[in-house]
Amino acid sequence: MDIKTDQFQELSKKALTDGHLQQALQNLGAHIQAMRNSAFSLLDNPENLREQAHNIKRETLDRLDEYLEHLEKNVMRSGGQVHWARNASEARRLIETIALDKGVKTVVKGKSMVTEEIALNKGLIAHGIEVSETDLGEFIIQLAGEPPSHLIGPALHKTKEQIAELFSEKLGAKPMKDPQEMTTFARKALRQRFLEADMGITGVNFAVAETGSIVLFENEGNIRLSTTLPKIHVAVMGIEKVIPSLDNLDVFLKLLPRSATGQKLSSYISIITGPKRDGERDGAEEFHLVILDNGRSKILADEDLKETLCCIRCGACLDFCPVYLKIGGHSYGWVYSGPIGSILTPQLTNRKQAHQLPYASTLCGVCAEVCPVKINIPRILIALRQRYVEDSEWGKPNSVLEKGAVALYACTMRNRWLYEKVSRMARIVQIPFIKRGGLRNLPPPLNRWSRHHEVAPLEKTFRDQWRRFSKK
Amino acid sequence: MRITLFIPCLIDQFHPQVGKNVVHILKKVGVEVDFANEHTCCGQPFFNAGYWKKAIPLAKRTIKAFKSAHVVVAPSGSCVHMIRKHYLELFRDNPVWLDQAHELSEKTYEFSEFLIKVIQVDDLGASLKGKVTYHDSCQVLHGLGLSSEPRQLIRKVRNLEFVEMERPDLCCGFGGFFSFKFPHIAEAMVEEKVKNILASGAEAVVGCEISCLMNIGGYLKHRGIPVRALHLADLLACGI
Repeated sequence: MDIKTDQFQELSKKALTDGHLQQALQNLGAHIQAMRNSAFSLLDNPENLREQAHNIKRETLDRLDEYLEHLEKNVMRSGGQVHWARNASEARRLIETIALDKGVKTVVKGKSMVTEEIALNKGLIAHGIEVSETDLGEFIIQLAGEPPSHLIGPALHKTKEQIAELFSEKLGAKPMKDPQEMTTFARKALRQRFLEADMGITGVNFAVAETGSIVLFENEGNIRLSTTLPKIHVAVMGIEKVIPSLDNLDVFLKLLPRSATGQKLSSYISIITGPKRDGERDGAEEFHLVILDNGRSKILADEDLKETLCCIRCGACLDFCPVYLKIGGHSYGWVYSGPIGSILTPQLTNRKQAHQLPYASTLCGVCAEVCPVKINIPRILIALRQRYVEDSEWGKPNSVLEKGAVALYACTMRNRWLYEKVSRMARIVQIPFIKRGGLRNLPPPLNRWSRHHEVAPLEKTFRDQWRRFSKK
Repeated sequence: MRITLFIPCLIDQFHPQVGKNVVHILKKVGVEVDFANEHTCCGQPFFNAGYWKKAIPLAKRTIKAFKSAHVVVAPSGSCVHMIRKHYLELFRDNPVWLDQAHELSEKTYEFSEFLIKVIQVDDLGASLKGKVTYHDSCQVLHGLGLSSEPRQLIRKVRNLEFVEMERPDLCCGFGGFFSFKFPHIAEAMVEEKVKNILASGAEAVVGCEISCLMNIGGYLKHRGIPVRALHLADLLACGI
């Protein structure tokens, strides 16, 4: 998809005036938070589990090269093929080549953020291949030609009325009102595509180095169909998706569904090890695993930012983020949104273009509190801001006005005498702005604040008063 | 017990009565209070916005200003969070300053934390007729892990009814630079906060962080809503 990260201001303003979206976000916040919290309350020691999950991810990242080689060896041993892609275009080319070599005409896809990241569909469609998203949410946004607005619920920005309209317009459905009726309609439309598809493409939730298996979590059964019905299965993963062994999966089985949808367990969990073997009835005949870097190794090399790669894409940070719940996913201008998008996108896409994203947070810290792998997102947001401000490799994109104001402010605060003088001066300068007991109609940029706030006038400072009352 | 007061710049400039009330309360419970005249800003706004090189000299100033203090008390959760957690980060490659940052970090307390955890006083004899609710500021709650301490203090105020609002932990949308960079989002956030405050029926919202209180209180005043935003120290000083 087109990267619109530089339009954060405009997109977020638009989102705030979109009534449907605001309703959808309000519903999301109210429901998913309660479900997540109640699912977590059933765990004996959720804090301990989160700590374990964090440690597994961190330790894997510390020896990522070894685990990836291990994974490759074991995938090949089980009859699968492994392809390494340095960037999005290499990954697209690899998958297109597999498809074209095998004469693939139709593809069914399971929901996968990484294939959104590399804009895979566009490439395949350009080669005349028909690509069908089969996750209900993805199916809807594919029809609408829109990007996902949430990691887990890609179509949550759409109301059921809008979806019914879309089904009528694009698929000739009769007018429908009942969500169940609409789901049945989509299921029927998809069933034929599953049966006809030459290739199934999915993402990967976890790749197990020890066994060469990939693990997929889902609720609709569409991933199971996509990985077993077509002759060829291509799974795409970022390098950070590997875990050392099946034993490690236990922790994530408890944490991922709870964090993503508030379920104790997803409806379907598939562990796939290579293609189907002789005598087996189900499974693809060919299994390809595409392992993608696309900027991740650069993140890995940076101690302060590395933790970004612990993310298991559950979406909990979005569900709890007070900023995301106001502006929705599309405001962030690329496939990843919310707090994780604010740290991931600037590291995976054009830095300068995405520079507003790390600032699109109040640093309230709720994301870190709910993250199942304990990523300290506020800490990474601050580290990214620091890069933007102080590291010329990050383009120093902040405005001259901001830099000037910050320099003046800092200079004043460094000198007590000056701080006191400036404060006394400000108490005089403010006089014309005091109306009905408050500061009003302040000049820019202060009007960004005074537009929505009555500001109390500056008073005789505490320190000035202290001098007096401490002498008593 | 003798403490040194840390007065955040926003309190110093806009709400000096908070500082005065802190002094009044502490003296009442027998704590002697000093003021370190040399401190200005802890550097938090600069650190949070990425201007670390600007934050470092301010952090050094603050460390020096409180060098001889035994205990530092600040009526501001975010400044304490800055000193306690972020100073260690700022000086992580500077062992000399890191030691001193550790020292300050360990002796600095947020106001309600100091009352409950250090001197273990929860009843200050305050009295106020009315109904209040409490806003969990993000740096107080998520940063310092303080949630029961301020509530315990509020509940001891005589004649006062305490009610919880819906989602007291929901961010009010201030976020320092955030509300200047994205005022439209900040407004939507404070609007939701205020909606929850009003639904609780409280006549005042109490907090331990002046920036949130200025955000919520300023918005309430702008909208002409007769609900006050009170610093915990302002509440605890009522009637004493």
